[in-house]
Parts: sequence; C-alpha cells; structure tokens
Amino acid sequence: MNPLYFDNNATTRVAPEVVEAMLPYFTEYYGNPSSMHTFGGAVGRHINDARTKLAELLGASPEEIVFTSCGSESDNTAIIAALRSNPDKKHIITSRVEHPAIKNLCEYLAKTGYRVTFVPVDHKGRLDMDYLIRHLTDDTAIASFMWANNETGVIFPIDDIAGILSERGIIFHTDAVQAVGKIPINVKKTRIDMLSLSGHKLHAPKGIGALYVRKGTKFSPFLIGGHQEKGRRGGTENVASIIGLGRASDFVVERMTEENTRVRLLRDKLETRLVQNIPNTLVNGDTDSRLPNTSSIAFEFVEGESILLMMNEFGICASSGSACTSGSLEPSHVLRAMGVPFTAAHGTIRFSLSIYNTESEIDLIVEKLPPIIARLRSMSPFWKGSCGC
Amino acid sequence: MWEYTDKVKDHFLNPRNVGEIENPDGVGEVGSLACGDALTLYIKLGDQKRITEAKFKTFGCASAIASSSALTEMLIGKTLEEAETITNENIADYLGGLPKEKMHCSVMGRDALEKAITCYRGSAEKKVEGNIVCECFGVTDIQIERAVRENHLMTIEQVTDYVKAGGGCGNCHEKIQEIINTVLGKEIPARKKSPVLTNLQKIKLIEQTLEREIKPALNKDGGDIELIDVSGNIVQVRLRGTCATCKKSQITLKNYVEAKLRELVTPELVVEEVTL
Repeated sequence: MNPLYFDNNATTRVAPEVVEAMLPYFTEYYGNPSSMHTFGGAVGRHINDARTKLAELLGASPEEIVFTSCGSESDNTAIIAALRSNPDKKHIITSRVEHPAIKNLCEYLAKTGYRVTFVPVDHKGRLDMDYLIRHLTDDTAIASFMWANNETGVIFPIDDIAGILSERGIIFHTDAVQAVGKIPINVKKTRIDMLSLSGHKLHAPKGIGALYVRKGTKFSPFLIGGHQEKGRRGGTENVASIIGLGRASDFVVERMTEENTRVRLLRDKLETRLVQNIPNTLVNGDTDSRLPNTSSIAFEFVEGESILLMMNEFGICASSGSACTSGSLEPSHVLRAMGVPFTAAHGTIRFSLSIYNTESEIDLIVEKLPPIIARLRSMSPFWKGSCGC
Repeated sequence: MWEYTDKVKDHFLNPRNVGEIENPDGVGEVGSLACGDALTLYIKLGDQKRITEAKFKTFGCASAIASSSALTEMLIGKTLEEAETITNENIADYLGGLPKEKMHCSVMGRDALEKAITCYRGSAEKKVEGNIVCECFGVTDIQIERAVRENHLMTIEQVTDYVKAGGGCGNCHEKIQEIINTVLGKEIPARKKSPVLTNLQKIKLIEQTLEREIKPALNKDGGDIELIDVSGNIVQVRLRGTCATCKKSQITLKNYVEAKLRELVTPELVVEEVTL
C-alpha cells in the first residue's frame, strides 16, 4: 500500500533529483576533500558549490554556512557558541514552545548555573512580545526563538524580534528547521546572527544540517576537531549529503511558489472539510501567521493515538500531540503552553503536507476520517453528542 | 511506533462489547479526560450470580481500548468471586502482553472491575484511600503500594508505566522510591543527605549526644561541657572544668565535639564556644 504521507514536519521524502545528485559521491568521487591529491581536493570544490546553493536559499554568503549533522546539532552549536563567546553573561531567553533540541538544552543549562527565561505564548501560539522585551537584560547572552513551530506551524514575528535584539546588541539565534524551504527567508533583510536548518525537512537526507553564522559573530566550535568548515566544526565532511542538501536547496527554491499556492490550498481544503464534516473540531494555532503546509486539528473527546492507528489502517500517515504516542504521559508542551484544554489536546492530530501530496489524497482523508472519529466517539464515555458534554 | 501484539490490534480495531447496559447491576468508572484515558465498565448478573453481560466505554489509546475489550470477554460467564481474582497482569496476558509503558491500561481495567463489583455489592463507594503522592495524575500511596506489590515493581520508571505516578513533573519521585523500598522490605539506604529534623528533634538529639557521648569522654580528663543554646545550626556551648583552661580547647571543640555532633545529629552543625 502506498502511504498517504502527511507527516512532512517529521521528515520528507528525499527528492529523486537529490538522490541522483548524491549517488556519484559514494562510489566515484569518494575522496576526502582535505586530501592533497586532485582526486580528493576536487570534492572540496563541489562542497563549496553546495554551500553556495544553500547560502542562496537563505540570502547568505557561502562562508557564513557551517555544515552540521542535523538540526539538533545546529541548535546546540548556536547556543553553546554564544555562551562560550560571552562568558560573563549568564542569561538565556527563549520561548515555551521550542523544539526539544532547544528546550531540553536550555533546561539542562538552567541546572548548570544559567538563568533561562521561557517566554510564554497565547492561546493561538503567538509569542508574548511585551514579556520578551521586559525580560531582556544586560546579562542576556543569547536569545533563541524558532521561526515556525513544528507542531502548529505558527510563525513567530522574526523580523520584529531581530530588530529588537539587534538594537540591544543581543545575539539572536533562530531554529528555522521547519521554515527553511517552506517560506522565503532572507538574512540580508532580517538581522539574524545564527540560524539552524535540517536537510531532511526539505527533501535532502537525514543526517545533514547546517548553521548559518553571520559574518562577524563571535563563534566557538561545538564539535572540536580538525580544520573542516574553517575550524568551526570538526569531522570529515558528509560529502554526499552535503551535495544532496545543495541540490535540495535548488529544489525547494524552484517549488517555493507551489508550496505557498497549491500546497497551501490543499492544506486549507483538508482543514476546512474536516472542520465542516466533523463536529467539535478545532484548529490549533494562529491561522493568520502559519506555515503553508501544516494543520494541527483537535478532535475533542477522543485520543490521538487511537485516531492515528485507525488512519494507519488506510495508510494515512500523520502525527499527534497526544501523550500516548510520545511515550510520555502528558500532551505536548506546545499545546499545554497554548492552554489548549485537555479535551482537545489529547485528540490533536498534525497533518503536514509537501509538494508530493495530491488532491485525491486529501479527498481520501476527508472521506475516511469522519467515520473514524465518530466510531471512537461512540466508544468514549465523554461523548454525549455534538452539543458537547 | 508501539509494538502491539496482533491480539491488541484485533481488540482495538474490533472491540468487543462496546456500549452501555441499561439498568446495570454494577458500574465502575475510572480515569479522566485530563489524564488521557478513562473507562466506564458495566456489568449485569444472571441467574447463578454469574456475569451474563459486560460492556464498556473507553476514552484512550489503542491499548486502553483493547484492555477494556479483553476485560469484558474475560468477565462474561464468571461469578463475582471468580471475577475478583482477575489481576492487571491477567488482562495483559490475555492480550499477549502490552508494551511496558502501557501497563497502566491494564491497571485501569482492573480498577474499573473492582469499582463495578463494589457498586454491585452496594457498599458505598470507597472514598479515595490513602494520600495523594503524584499530584499530576492524582495517584495515592495505596495505589502505588499495591501496584508495586502485585507486579513486583523495582523502579520509579516501572511505577510510572503501571499507574502513571511520577510521569508528570517528577516531584514525587522520592516518595515513590520510599514506597518501593518499604514494600521490598529494604532499609532506606543510608543517605548522604541528613534526614530533615524539626528544631525540637534537633535540640533533643544534640542534648542526647552531649550527655551520652561527649560528656563522658571529656569527664575522663576532668573536663565538662554545657549546652547554652541552639540557634539554627549554631550550637553554643560553654566548656567547664579542665577544658575551660586548656590551651587545646579549641581543637577539642572543633575536632571532637563538633565532629561528633555532625556525625550523630546533622552535618550542618557549627559549634561555638560562649565565654563569660
């Protein structure tokens, strides 16, 4: 059964064009770019081509790109580099809805002597800007705010945040893992000091990421080793994947318009139909400022894992913000930070699309999901009909 | 992705006995929306006091629905006495096992069954017994103790898997460990951290230590010691007899008196001499 894949915020299909570009680097051009011989050295030039392509996607210069192994490594590098470069400053400011790569790192740092401010969000997942401004101090070493939320797709006002922070000379890092490739990003226009991205969210393979570091930003490597990446990240380059990320950068640039038109319309259709056809259904997050591909929908009085497994019977792949799927016992920290009531949080499903999704797939979900929800509700002791409880 | 057995998948996708019973003989309700799962179990008894009908309504994940469905199948045809012997382990076994993180679903089934039987027997539903240990999920010490005893649980993580306690903020982990230790009959391991003493306990212990340990030792050399006051962790004493004039009294005070008090009362103590 071909999957109906609606879990693109978890990972994406590697584009066949990307695979094709990568393949020669396994068996033909397998040299080490650090080698003195032409065979290896030539690979270095191809890496720099990939670097240039990725830089173009972000509006950056090639030398501002550091390749890493994943989004989490980029996030860790950014925070640790900022703290090491500013040893006198002991305050970190971030939000309550960050990806675990930032959230858990900051919670860890809070135990080792740093003061961390987690800026709250409102019921639509919008950042409390006044709170942010009020909590900036001379002691703030770094501010880290995600560009777009992985669970709800809500986009933070990165331009505004960047403006506020640069005025005060505070280093600004953004986890743009979910934003890069989906919405236009230009670091020439937005004063960002560091930006994390991940290859497998934009049709490159897993195991490759990058960190943008603005020229002039004080930096200290996280992975200490050889001279690779101009001494900013040790370790032999993941050549094939770097080539893949370069090719994927071109791929998403070419499809950016489609993502924001056709894919957005598919998402909107899916969302509208589900909300129309299923009572007691709510959309989580700020629909006015949201990624074009993401929809977080709460089906009240049923539990997310059960929905996912029943959809799985039809080959529909999505994910949930419920407790049971994550192995923890509480619903996602994002939904809790937004104050989504338990009736809705436990039954939240995230659909995340890509350019590979089609209208007929949407139609199939719109057909299959209402009976699933109705069936689970008929089993639920809390369901008393569409009037609610 | 959870590794569910085929039997769990079957009971989830084709649950048996879903629904409510009109005029049931017993109803058992457990769980809540906030907790993420809840089960209402209905039973009806026939001629020979055997369960002829068992139905359920469940909000929760696949294993919660499957556990409820399995339970109803296990119940039908049994007397209440037989039904009473069903443990959460039996429910899990009936399904060919549950992932360890999902064992709480089987515990929920057993709890609902107990409530339904209590309800039938007409005994007023027991109030929540014991003291709440886990505030996130409202789990009492009695529930934890029972899960530990019946399932031979050894770790906090296992307790979380079975009754959810400790799966939220984590503030109750110490209390859960104490319950595990008590059930396993273990001595509470000698902790580096001193036990928390009330002021009164502390003062009494200081007095006892001075009387039983320290004074006799000093008396041997013709010295003596008197407790003047205890303020927080500051112990004020006056040295008497030969100690009062001994040039090494400060060494005695720090190396012997203070060391002994720290060892036998609490390591935070500081001994000061009051001269007058």
